[in-house]
Amino acid sequence: MAKIKKHLLVCGGTSCNALQNEVIASNLKETIREKGLNEEVQVMMTGCFGLCEKGPIVKVLHDNTIYIGVKPEDLKEIVEEHIINGNKVTRLLLDSDPNLKVHSKKQLRIALRNCGFIDPENINEYFACDGYLALGKVLESKDPQKTIDIIKKSGLRGRGGGGFPTGLKWEITSKSQADQKYVVCNADEGDPGAFMDRSILEGDPHSVIEAMAIAGYAIGATKGLVYIRAEYPLAIERLKTAINQSREFGFLGTDIMGSGFDFDIELRYGAGAFVCGEETALIHSMEGNRGEPTFKPPFPSVSGYLGKPTNVNNVETFANIPVIINKGAEWFAAIGTEKSKGTKVFALAGKINNVGLIEVPMGITLREIIYEIGGGIKDGKKFKAVQTGGPSGGCLTEVHLDTPIDYDNLIAAGSMMGSGGMIVMDEDDCMVSIAKYYLDFTVEESCGKCTPCRIGNKRLYEILEKITLGKGTLEDLDKLKNLSHVIKDTSLCGLGQTSPNPVLSTLENFWDEYIEHVTVKKCRSNQCKALMQYIIDPEQCVGCTACARNCPVNAITGERKLAHLINQDICIKCGACMEKCKFNAISIK
Amino acid sequence: MSKVKSLEDLKKLREEMESKLVERNNSSNLVQIKVAMATCGIASGAKDLMEFLIDELDKRNIEAVVTQTGCMGYCYAEPTIEVTLPNKAPIVFGYVNLKKGDEIIEKYIKNNELVDGIIPVNYESIEK
Ligand SMILES: Cc1cc2nc3c(=O)[nH]c(=O)nc-3n(C[C@H](O)[C@H](O)[C@H](O)COP(=O)(O)O)c2cc1C
Ligand code: SF4
Ligand code: SF4
Repeated sequence: MAKIKKHLLVCGGTSCNALQNEVIASNLKETIREKGLNEEVQVMMTGCFGLCEKGPIVKVLHDNTIYIGVKPEDLKEIVEEHIINGNKVTRLLLDSDPNLKVHSKKQLRIALRNCGFIDPENINEYFACDGYLALGKVLESKDPQKTIDIIKKSGLRGRGGGGFPTGLKWEITSKSQADQKYVVCNADEGDPGAFMDRSILEGDPHSVIEAMAIAGYAIGATKGLVYIRAEYPLAIERLKTAINQSREFGFLGTDIMGSGFDFDIELRYGAGAFVCGEETALIHSMEGNRGEPTFKPPFPSVSGYLGKPTNVNNVETFANIPVIINKGAEWFAAIGTEKSKGTKVFALAGKINNVGLIEVPMGITLREIIYEIGGGIKDGKKFKAVQTGGPSGGCLTEVHLDTPIDYDNLIAAGSMMGSGGMIVMDEDDCMVSIAKYYLDFTVEESCGKCTPCRIGNKRLYEILEKITLGKGTLEDLDKLKNLSHVIKDTSLCGLGQTSPNPVLSTLENFWDEYIEHVTVKKCRSNQCKALMQYIIDPEQCVGCTACARNCPVNAITGERKLAHLINQDICIKCGACMEKCKFNAISIK
Repeated sequence: MSKVKSLEDLKKLREEMESKLVERNNSSNLVQIKVAMATCGIASGAKDLMEFLIDELDKRNIEAVVTQTGCMGYCYAEPTIEVTLPNKAPIVFGYVNLKKGDEIIEKYIKNNELVDGIIPVNYESIEK
């Protein structure tokens, strides 16, 4: 058998226009065969290129050429000109579209630069990727303020949710006078569905260690602490390995690289309480006290761990630092929008084809994330909303699809950046139930210190529950709104101050759905079981008894060959009958 | 292991490691495989896969280095691996169970014939 020499890749898989792509692939194979090239040229369907808008895509592997918008009639030309004669078909080239030139790929990896590229347990591979070079430069400059100025100039803002300017935070901590200061890395990552920080620590732990040492030098701290949830055993393991390696080479310990600067890192484990991600609660938890937030000021940068100035930053924030030092503040500040620089890592989840970890420049639109990187909505369903910011955030809808994503725009749209959870919802998701889901989470996770948060969120949950059970009234909607504002205004920490956001944001964007739930008692997504009925159409039912035999609670009665009937008082709405009926006689009302 | 005492030392170390990598990439018959081994990958069987690949490549007398790496971002297609044949661009394969792993060795590594499950890399990384 002759060895295959060339490969042609056609985008396919489950995403976008699978059918069209199949046609391209099979026609291409046919053309190759006609030319007698099938022994040496292989045509292959692949996963999504993240360029769905420009599909179908054909990639010539050996010279890395990408053709976009390929039609069946173009194939002959590609094969004859490119494969046989070696001349690219310029009019179809990806580069021929000026809009795509800059960002032919929508993703840019800065924080994730080494994830999936190096072996996280081998420090030598980190060295090959400029590892510890930034720390070396910072120490050699002998000027902590210069480092702070670089970070300030870069425009980097905290990736843990709040978006506070990192350089400014460092400056404040550096100006606080004390005999001891601390650098803390917040690796608590409590948002449901989020795993950005875990992935960074598992894939590139050295970058976080290096950045913490840089922060230590900049603010004048010799001790670093990583607060990490005990549920992340692999991240903990890799971090420990990396810390040990780093010590062996002298990047942690005393007199680092002959500079006279001492710095070392310890791990502290969290038990997985969401509220312990809040920086004051986190500090109390590290001190061995209850993980409850306290009033700010004093801010940790003035009085934090053990009453000493403490600089708390998120994992992803740290992961950006070495690159900024190495490539310069201007380089970093050129990426992103006016007030949000650089990139953001998101954990893309929900009803989307390409679930995964993505890193995109600030200013990208939701449309690009969902339809290009994400490969579109699963099963060709209709997009409904995206939830960002986790339990503190809100949802963005169709009208926000083209809004550039940055800290300020998301807040203006009634949501927030949060730490990077991004959950996509389709027409089958009931927005009242979604709000209820998040409230269920906050009720569980509230530390209980403030009455509005402890009791108010519970009441919010109960009202939402009442609405999903079909017992809600228009008054309840008013109550939801008022109570939400009271909780926001009177809670101590960020948890309570933001917990009603999912309610307010769904009320704002999906008012119609709430109204339907309380007035006509209908859930258009058929998620609220109390609001739906399975019914058998006597006209369609042939009396095959399939439904009755499969009903787990014997709710269906009827003689053989006669129309069956569902007793609504017994039915638990499991849907088994509808699935089993071959005659489409059962539907949801 | 000796400590790195200065920025100069570190730069030397980097060059040494870089040239080692370059050497590896230029070697004419070495197959390089990276297995994405973050929590998501391991949960879908990446550990078994890695052992399988190491054993089988050895048994089948293919000179290869198999290393672990972090999350490549394709959670929907775990386990994922990146295969670099000598003098070729890396290719990422998704949904690699043991059977697929075997197929990749037999078809792609031995015969340069692609198999299903290719994931086009859809991101750019900063230039190093
Ligand atoms: C309820 C609550 C939970 C939080 N959880 C996290 C978290 O899991 N990880 C994180 O980095 N920041 C979290 N934060 C934000 C932190 O309080 C703090 O602002 C952040 O760690 C600062 O780092 P940054 O400036 O680098 O973002 C949370 C805040 C609140 C109010
Ligand atoms: S707002 Fe909620 S979570 Fe925050 S301190 Fe008060 S009770 Fe605790
Ligand atoms: S929905 Fe479930 S419980 Fe209700 S009638 Fe059908 S099978 Fe029985």
